[in-house]
Amino acid sequence: MTRRYGERLALDGVTLSLPAGSTLAVLGANGAGKTTLLRILATLLRPHAGAARVLGAALPEEGWRVRGRIGLLAHDPLLYSELSARENLRFHARLHGVAAARIEALLEEVGLGARGDEPVRTLSRGLTQRVAICRAVLHAPEVLLLDEPYANLDPAAVAAVAPLIGRASGATRVVISHDVEGGLAEADLVLGLRGGRAEVLAPPASADLSGLYR
Amino acid sequence: MYGRGLKPLSIASVAALVGAFALVFFYAPEDVDQGFIQKIFYLHVPLALVALGGFVTGGVYGVKHLRSGSREHDMKSYVAIHLSIILGVATLATGMIWAKASWGAWWVWDEPTLVAFLIVFLLYACYQPLRFAIEDPDRQMRYAAVFAVIAGAFVPICFMSVRFAQAALVHPRVLDQTGGGMPGSMFFTFLVALAGMTLLFVTLWKFELSSKSARMQLAALRRRLS
Amino acid sequence: MTRAVAALLRKDLQLELRTRESVPAMVLFSVSTFVLFRFALDRERLEGDLAAGVLWVTLLFASVLGINRLFVTEREQGGFDAFLLAPVDRTAMFVAKALLLFGFLSAVELVAVSVYSVLLLGPSPFQAFPGLPLVLALANAGVAVVGTLVGALAVQTRARDLIVPLLALPLLLPIVIAGAEATAPLLAEGGAEALPGRWLAILGLYDVVFGLIAYAVFDFLLED
Repeated sequence: MTRRYGERLALDGVTLSLPAGSTLAVLGANGAGKTTLLRILATLLRPHAGAARVLGAALPEEGWRVRGRIGLLAHDPLLYSELSARENLRFHARLHGVAAARIEALLEEVGLGARGDEPVRTLSRGLTQRVAICRAVLHAPEVLLLDEPYANLDPAAVAAVAPLIGRASGATRVVISHDVEGGLAEADLVLGLRGGRAEVLAPPASADLSGLYR
Repeated sequence: MYGRGLKPLSIASVAALVGAFALVFFYAPEDVDQGFIQKIFYLHVPLALVALGGFVTGGVYGVKHLRSGSREHDMKSYVAIHLSIILGVATLATGMIWAKASWGAWWVWDEPTLVAFLIVFLLYACYQPLRFAIEDPDRQMRYAAVFAVIAGAFVPICFMSVRFAQAALVHPRVLDQTGGGMPGSMFFTFLVALAGMTLLFVTLWKFELSSKSARMQLAALRRRLS
Repeated sequence: MTRAVAALLRKDLQLELRTRESVPAMVLFSVSTFVLFRFALDRERLEGDLAAGVLWVTLLFASVLGINRLFVTEREQGGFDAFLLAPVDRTAMFVAKALLLFGFLSAVELVAVSVYSVLLLGPSPFQAFPGLPLVLALANAGVAVVGTLVGALAVQTRARDLIVPLLALPLLLPIVIAGAEATAPLLAEGGAEALPGRWLAILGLYDVVFGLIAYAVFDFLLED
């Protein structure tokens, strides 16, 4: 896949395939193209050259087919700050056709049952992140695209969300992380990006990451 | 790529324009009511018609761009609109000269065509500021195309609304002067002038397209070498 | 798609009720503009052409305020991404926002026209019924459609606050023309005269043409 931004190549000929249920860790310095890759897989961007297939659908033409089965946790929590956690989740539930009961279950699981009716802007970063995670998994996606999922989370929270977005969830996952060790520990495959190019593509045991963060 | 046919086209434009010029001064009869100044009509109306045609062409290429995503279509749309804006300024200027000569005022609200043209011009004047306010090049092309489509559809609606708003048509309708049609000599001169203006537009359009395209190819080569 | 439109509308209405950003501002702006006109024109009672003109120009400028705010939360709080990730027809956002703007305009006009009839209008507003609400409804539809397009276009540019009025004013001019021409006889001193039907036709045509164009073109504004 290749994606340009004007004349700059954000992604330059990155090729990979990921079997269902496994985890891909995406590592690289800032600006290496990690977020671009994630957004393409989320059907938000289209590749300018090359192709992508997610859940059997060719992007971008057939992206609409599988959009409901992909969950994205982006840098932006994608929540309306004036609405409460419950209201935000209800909105997403309606858009995705998900039953309201699931919202309560998720909020309980991440420990936000009590503060679910306060406007999101009053919540701390960590709590907001938990709500964002709920939003990402609300529709029980088979593919999880996670950009720094554990940022701002205390250890208790990390444990609480693990069944939702960790290996235990069973979903096929693409995880961007700056925590190299943590990322490697959970991954079946590692993709190291540098300047838009795939420098490393290997299982964690044999991945040589020395050149990535120079 | 666009440079093909540019030479014969330029020659044809010059020929038509010179021919029109000659006809205007030596062949077309003087208008009974308005006198010599009426001859500016041979400049003003072709300018207006070609400018409007250019805007609509810009809209057509806008549609093409949205369907294909091709950069060429966007460039064609951009150049068409950009040239038409320049012709638009000339239209308004010649219109004002004509107004001053015919009615003694630099601007009159009485005639719907000029007013509608002003409104359309005001809209298209935003085209370039809009483009330059968008940084991402792909988005810029797409949004410009959307604008071209909306504005292109707006042109006929605008003319219709303004026309209906004026009770009487006071725009000197040289075309109905002799109860139904212009005298043949006037009409012929008008046609030659219109042809000349259209050819000029197409020539300038191709010229600017080939110049832009060459610059882009040069930039691409430079990038590949570096 | 109706489900998506309903969800979006509900969310936007919740936000508006919570933050009260758009409608009160538009109403206040209209009232201030009426006061402005009273002094700028040096008249205390308006009727006929002048009454219609002042009303429509004020509503036009108030609409621009509404258009400006229409997509701001989506842009600033990730609403576009959230929507684009959902398995719904993308045109749903256009429909929802246009309906929202239509609703805002109707609410604003309810108050603004009432205030107008107290402050500046000579003849009684009731003589203009049912023509006036009809013209307003048709006009609101046109403003809603074109306003949503312009709002979506402008929100992704650097100078959103400038681009919206620059684009919206010429584009909405036919609505102002038609609206003013249609309502001027309704507001005549000495009793309403007949509503010139052809202006309703022009408004209708405008609504249909731009409605179709918007439907065709809106998706392209959401793409990346």
